[in-house]
Amino acid sequence: MTSGYAVVAVMVVVLGTILVGAYGLRVSRTTSDFYVASRTVSPWWNASAIGGEYLSAASFVGIAGLIFAYGPDMLWFPVGYTAGYLVLLTMVAAPLRRSGAYTLPDFAEARFRSRVVRGVASSLALAIGWLYLLPQLEGAGLTLNTVTGAPDWAGALVVTVVVTVNVMSGGMRSITFVQAFQYWLKLTAITVPIIFLVAVWQVRGADSLTEPEFPSFRQDTEVSFQRQATIHAEQEIVIRGTGVVDGERLEDRELLLTSGYHRIDGGSKFTFPKDAPVPHLSTMAHNTNESWSLPASSGADFPLYGAYSLIIATFLGTMGLPHVIVRFYTNPNGTAARRTTLIVLGLLSVFYLMPPIYGALGRVYTPELLMTGQTDAVVLVLPTRMIDGIGGQLLGALVAGGAFAAFLSTSSGLVVSLAGVLSQDVLRLGGVRGFRISAVLACLVPLAMTFVSTTMPVADMVGLAFAVAASSLCPLLLLGIWSPKTTTIGAVAGMLAGGVPALTAGLVTMFTDTGDSWYEILLSRPAAWTVPLGFTVMYVVSLATQKHVPAGVQRTMVKLHAPENLGLDGSGSSSSGQERS
Amino acid sequence: MVVTSPRTRAPRARRPYSGTREINEQSELGAVYMRTLIGAQRRLGLSVCLVTCGALALLPLLFTIEPELGKFRVFGLGLPWFLLCLATFPMLVLAGWFYVRQAERSEREFAELVERP
Repeated sequence: MTSGYAVVAVMVVVLGTILVGAYGLRVSRTTSDFYVASRTVSPWWNASAIGGEYLSAASFVGIAGLIFAYGPDMLWFPVGYTAGYLVLLTMVAAPLRRSGAYTLPDFAEARFRSRVVRGVASSLALAIGWLYLLPQLEGAGLTLNTVTGAPDWAGALVVTVVVTVNVMSGGMRSITFVQAFQYWLKLTAITVPIIFLVAVWQVRGADSLTEPEFPSFRQDTEVSFQRQATIHAEQEIVIRGTGVVDGERLEDRELLLTSGYHRIDGGSKFTFPKDAPVPHLSTMAHNTNESWSLPASSGADFPLYGAYSLIIATFLGTMGLPHVIVRFYTNPNGTAARRTTLIVLGLLSVFYLMPPIYGALGRVYTPELLMTGQTDAVVLVLPTRMIDGIGGQLLGALVAGGAFAAFLSTSSGLVVSLAGVLSQDVLRLGGVRGFRISAVLACLVPLAMTFVSTTMPVADMVGLAFAVAASSLCPLLLLGIWSPKTTTIGAVAGMLAGGVPALTAGLVTMFTDTGDSWYEILLSRPAAWTVPLGFTVMYVVSLATQKHVPAGVQRTMVKLHAPENLGLDGSGSSSSGQERS
Repeated sequence: MVVTSPRTRAPRARRPYSGTREINEQSELGAVYMRTLIGAQRRLGLSVCLVTCGALALLPLLFTIEPELGKFRVFGLGLPWFLLCLATFPMLVLAGWFYVRQAERSEREFAELVERP
């Protein structure tokens, strides 16, 4: 759906992001400005910024794509992404702000007074951040590819360059403005088209989205295959076009696609006739629209295990994401941190009403994506498909711009927090220069990774980052904040016991093909076993090493939990390293 | 009999330190104050979390045990869609609002307790 308007929209978003960032540049002068926007951000700005940063490629394009392909089981993604903030609000928000920590490693050090705990937390935060950046870049590649036909790496490169320049020049102050602007842009970009799409659907007779029929082409549809695909046709279809089917080269002529499996090479382009049932990708469950709309329709093995693993990962993983934590420091106090989080909960709830509608309409209007496997593109393709002429093109451009805003904002937030960790804990380079060098490094690693990773739905990749966060940094935060018994050794053991298996499982799923092995689900959805493992090890080892409770833990607890305005000297005489100069 | 001056040599009742001072000086009493606050906040946080997330987490089990529930329709939407796309979000915001209100209240009570001279 190459469209000039969409290219313009993407460029406007990119330029707008740079301009808003440059506006912030004029007001950011000191190191403190760079890191935490000098703590002068109001709850509404802060909440919009958190929302803008949090709504990533996975939320904007990924969720709709997964729901489109796999049905209501995937609704746990938006629900979990939101419920994660409720857990964060109730268990972490205020104490984390009161700890005075800027990053998770800062929190680890403030709570345990140990460089080792800090080091382990830093490594995990880096791993989670990079794991999370990768799907953002892949999503950018997909979007640019869908709207302009540019190769996949181009979108990733554009995002990398814009984010690096922006972060290097403005730091966090400008990022707060950029992010807040991005939330409202994204909400507009996903909501306005939906209003028109639903209206069009109603005007055209509101076809039921859950008929007991297989998805079929509504019109003669030209389908281009970006990658090799093995598809299964239920009945014979006459297709026409250019490409390679089952190793046979066709040049603009007709072919009778027999029922059964066929391999179509990347770069092929065929026109499928109106009313023919859509062949489906061999790796995807074949559902009528009715059976698709029921729970457990995804055809995965052990659907109950998969659902619970996803629930655990998203509910508990949110608090462990490095870019989410950073935002809490910009609240003036613990009470404001709570209020900010509550507003975020509201903002996310509004946004997440939209993606499922795209997914459901896609079953009727863009079923060919089930065959090419580009299910993540459903949000991008739907407006131009459903609305003819310039209206559809403009709405398509709006969605493309919003999607690009999603990649830019999440990547910016991640890069800021990763650069913070890199400059303080890995490179040990202080000041603005150290931060800038770290920002470049934080971008380059995932960009390199995009060249080797397999093609996995972006929301699934993000799910893996959540799983690692939930198994390692979540126990650190929850037990560290609420149990004075947690010891240094226990914290390190727990983070490693939960984090290392989750990370290994994630990397194995991403970079190798585990195929249909029975243990595939244990690796692609590890949270259900790694999270309990992390918590149990941290708690049991802590109980076994009670002699090593960090000194001054009572003072730390006062600092974490007492309201700021009481003048309680929680940090005691050993307060150090909390305030950044 | 006329009292010309109050008795000053008798031991006066010890004026208690404020809770703030007890906590800052790390006394036993200060530790009790803090344990009470932390305990109350932990109970509040955990109960809001467990009730809300626990109720949500029951759904997959429910739909597996009773697949017919998935076909039930509410306002023209399948039950899973209605619950997960619409009903969940206001519930989460409401739970969050309730938590913030209660947490701020228990902090106010704590402040009154420790600032009492």
